[in-house]
Amino acid sequence: MSLPLIVLLPLLGSLVPLLSSNRQRNLNAWSTALLPAIALGIVIAHAPGVIAGEVYHSSMSWVPQLGLDLAFRLDGLSLLFLLLILGIGLLIILYSRYYLSPEDSMPRFYAYLMLFMTSMIGIVMADNLLLLWVFWELTSLSSFLLIGYWYHQSEARRGARMALAVTGLGGLAMLAGFLLIGHIVGTFDLQTVLDSRELIQADPRYLPALLLVLLGAFTKSAQFPFHFWLPHAMAAPTPVSAFLHSATMVKAGVFLLARLHPALAGSQLWLYIVTLTGLVTMIYAAYFALLKYDLKGVLAFSTVSHLGLITMLFGLDSKLAVVAGLFHIINHAMFKAALFMSSGIIDHETGTRDIRKLSGLRRSMPMTAALSGLAAASMAGVPLLNGFISKEMMLTETLESSLLGGLAWLIPVLATLGSVLSVAYSLRLIRNVFFGPEAKELPKAPHEAPLPMRLPMLLLVGLCVVIGLIPAVIVSGVLDAAARATILAPRPEFHLSIWHGFNLPLLMSAIALAGGVGIYAVRRNLFSFQRQFPQRNALMIFEHSVRRLLQWTQVAIDRLENGSLQRYMLWLIVAVLFLTGSGLLDLDQLQGSRQPQPLDGLLLAGAAITILAGLGTAVLHRRRLVSLMMLSVVGLMVSLAFARFSAPDLALTQLAVEVVTVILLMLALFFLPQRTPKESTGARVVRDVLLAAGFGGVVASLNFALLTRPLDSISGFFLDNSVSGGGGHNVVNVILVDFRGFDTLGEITVLCIAAIGIYKLLNRLRLFMPSSDSEGRPWSKDLHPMLLATVSQSLLPLALLVSVFIFLRGHNEPGGGFIAGLVTAVALILLYIARGVDWAQQRLSFQYQPIAVTGVAIATLTGLGSWLFGHNFLTSAFGHFSIPYIGEIELATAMLFDLGVYLTVVGATLMILANLGKLTTRHRPSKENEKETV
Amino acid sequence: MEALYATVTGFLAASGLYLALRGRTFPVVVGLTLLSYAVNLFLFSTGGLTTNGAAVIREGVTDYADPLPQALVLTAIVIGFAMTAFSVILAMRVRGDQGSDQVNDQRGEEPKEEKS
Repeated sequence: MSLPLIVLLPLLGSLVPLLSSNRQRNLNAWSTALLPAIALGIVIAHAPGVIAGEVYHSSMSWVPQLGLDLAFRLDGLSLLFLLLILGIGLLIILYSRYYLSPEDSMPRFYAYLMLFMTSMIGIVMADNLLLLWVFWELTSLSSFLLIGYWYHQSEARRGARMALAVTGLGGLAMLAGFLLIGHIVGTFDLQTVLDSRELIQADPRYLPALLLVLLGAFTKSAQFPFHFWLPHAMAAPTPVSAFLHSATMVKAGVFLLARLHPALAGSQLWLYIVTLTGLVTMIYAAYFALLKYDLKGVLAFSTVSHLGLITMLFGLDSKLAVVAGLFHIINHAMFKAALFMSSGIIDHETGTRDIRKLSGLRRSMPMTAALSGLAAASMAGVPLLNGFISKEMMLTETLESSLLGGLAWLIPVLATLGSVLSVAYSLRLIRNVFFGPEAKELPKAPHEAPLPMRLPMLLLVGLCVVIGLIPAVIVSGVLDAAARATILAPRPEFHLSIWHGFNLPLLMSAIALAGGVGIYAVRRNLFSFQRQFPQRNALMIFEHSVRRLLQWTQVAIDRLENGSLQRYMLWLIVAVLFLTGSGLLDLDQLQGSRQPQPLDGLLLAGAAITILAGLGTAVLHRRRLVSLMMLSVVGLMVSLAFARFSAPDLALTQLAVEVVTVILLMLALFFLPQRTPKESTGARVVRDVLLAAGFGGVVASLNFALLTRPLDSISGFFLDNSVSGGGGHNVVNVILVDFRGFDTLGEITVLCIAAIGIYKLLNRLRLFMPSSDSEGRPWSKDLHPMLLATVSQSLLPLALLVSVFIFLRGHNEPGGGFIAGLVTAVALILLYIARGVDWAQQRLSFQYQPIAVTGVAIATLTGLGSWLFGHNFLTSAFGHFSIPYIGEIELATAMLFDLGVYLTVVGATLMILANLGKLTTRHRPSKENEKETV
Repeated sequence: MEALYATVTGFLAASGLYLALRGRTFPVVVGLTLLSYAVNLFLFSTGGLTTNGAAVIREGVTDYADPLPQALVLTAIVIGFAMTAFSVILAMRVRGDQGSDQVNDQRGEEPKEEKS
């Protein structure tokens, strides 16, 4: 199937223009046009089938977990839009070639344009709601790039930002709506959704889903009150406006209404919201179109107005109204693209778009004048042009509507009023610009644009006329197919023709034409009437409200994030107390069903020491050294607790870490004040004590509740599989290096990163070093006592031996890489303490950073190694080997992994402590003394 | 025994939190260390308190201590050390760069938090 190609070709096409340089303008334009032209060819090749009733599908799985498939469809509705997007897109490529000035980067422009075209094609071909949404957001993004193409202009930047904010937010709302629909239906597949109308509309979630989806459609199609972004998007280069606001961007909204029509339409809710929004938008925007002085401003508001018309038609509860809406989509795309191109030509050749300055251009640019006149006449609904036919259909349908009950007459009346205004602004556009006396003070002398620039206009206007004359021949096939796709149900018979006889709609058309001319005649009164109202600029209001929002958020942030760690801790703890506390309140009773175990004296004594030491750490915290000693008591008691409760590995680790921690904190304390000044107010202390007591109470209750409840552990698996699956008897170690090896790998990586971070933090750190303790006693002259030096030196080989022993047996007995690494580190640090950093550094002539990094690398490579044998990451292998004289030993790849852990622990620990220790010696005032002792 | 264990955990947590709420860096670091002891004890106890349980698989032994919390706590201890080290070095760096060991942001014009 070639369906994905239709999307893929323009996507590739966005790279094509980047291949050639800005100076090769013809090459650039032609090469860009090539791929979308092929795509158009594919579409046309499919067209006869689609018109005959075929619906083409093509689907590939993308993210099946989310229900997101790369599913495309080509039905009548897609066909109609594809022809518009690709056809007008190609014309725009041709037009832009002559519109862009040599300073503008053409490759960039075409790349954006093709990206945008791709996303539009994706929207109309998506056969999956989520995929549709992805492309929908892509249009928001790529239109942002296009609108902001002249990024040196503030107007362009701000207009682009506003368009992105409004349509992007609408898109998010739409996603929420799609998700709701997906939940109701159970799939995001478009066909299933379209077939589930009863299911969706009976669901209570229909209301929010509908509102959210409509929010997306209305923001994109610039429906009141979200219309304000569109006029400001006019800061874009005119070809962009011609593309975005005729055939594409804004049509995505009405496309969505048509696409989901079978699933969502028909309810009272849909009827009222969609019809009335469309109606209000149509009249409101038409009125403002009449008042604008900027050519593109007039066109922008008229676009909004016509989109309102289409929206209204999709809202009405008649099938013919949908047909009329689809037909008007085609017609509007053609005449509006032509008019935008005309405004671009005028701007290009005269240097201004201000209607007040322009006048009498028909003499200097006759062809543009004629073409614009025809396009504007089509927009006004003058007979014999395509706009007339769809407008007649629209007026007919408004008469049929039963909406608003007894006030149903309002709808045709208001629709006629909209048409009156439409005629008035079309007339103004043409008469003021092309007729009247020749303009004098134009920035450039006006002349006709190059022919290739007028050619797209000629084609479009030609189509307008041909469709207007023989509608049935040209469009009925495509229109019929599109209507079938939109209505699904038996489609209504419709007959496109220019003459329906004398009837009410014809009278309404006549009223519109006459009334339009009348309003045009008295437009000056309208201008002066409008002058009473203060000028309001949507951009200013939008930016003002964004600024207000930012200010408001800043205030909120300042309240919460005030730079006080104490405040943050407070919030954190209050949240913890609240959440955990409320959980505890739900328990029937604190004590669970498990029988408590008996106490003994040793346990009591241990607990008492731990509690006292813990409290002492807190109470005596202002005398920092004492507090630190208390802390180390707690640490040792915790280690004993681990040993008591059958966890030798933990006890060993805790013991080693405790030593390292206390050395670290002692070193740090050397540089920090020895005492904490008394600062806290009494109230603060009371508050903190209460908080701490509450927190402790909650933790203790939670722990008790947990301990007294039956245990349901997954550990049985590890116990059963440790020997057979991991080849080790020490289950804790096997979990670390095998079952949960990935966790450990992450953890040693963190350790390594922390050590490197510390290394960096210590770099070039200059700290004040006191020469005496807090009581004024000078430090001992004997920096490295002989006894310690001797003992540590003779202890080192022993300690290293022990660590090797612990490492080797770790897989089967308590021990392992972590503990062995810590033991090695402690032994080396003892050497540093005993002999001084300089002495140790000279002899241990290696850097610790590479060791830590090597450790992580070994562990990672061990994991990767299992890939070589076709296993998952970190799968371990083991075997028994017999070595002469030593006997049978068991070797596992986990051992290699553990080696990585070992090296990381040694490297990281020493990196931290040795570097910190270096600070104490490098700039010490008593350097001479030190040298003597060393 | 369970009640006693829980009490110890609670006291350590309370003391740690009180210190963590202080306004100077060193007590905060000590407090965090104390808190991590409490947390480790808590996590360890989720496997139940086993007295004289086997830690290593042996023939004919059925009474094992739960190895999973042990493995988790083992890594937690080492990571806890890294965290303590990092925060204390950070405290030293702050003192070196700003000349103060207060935990609150001192850069603003006016003291943002009430003096503590």
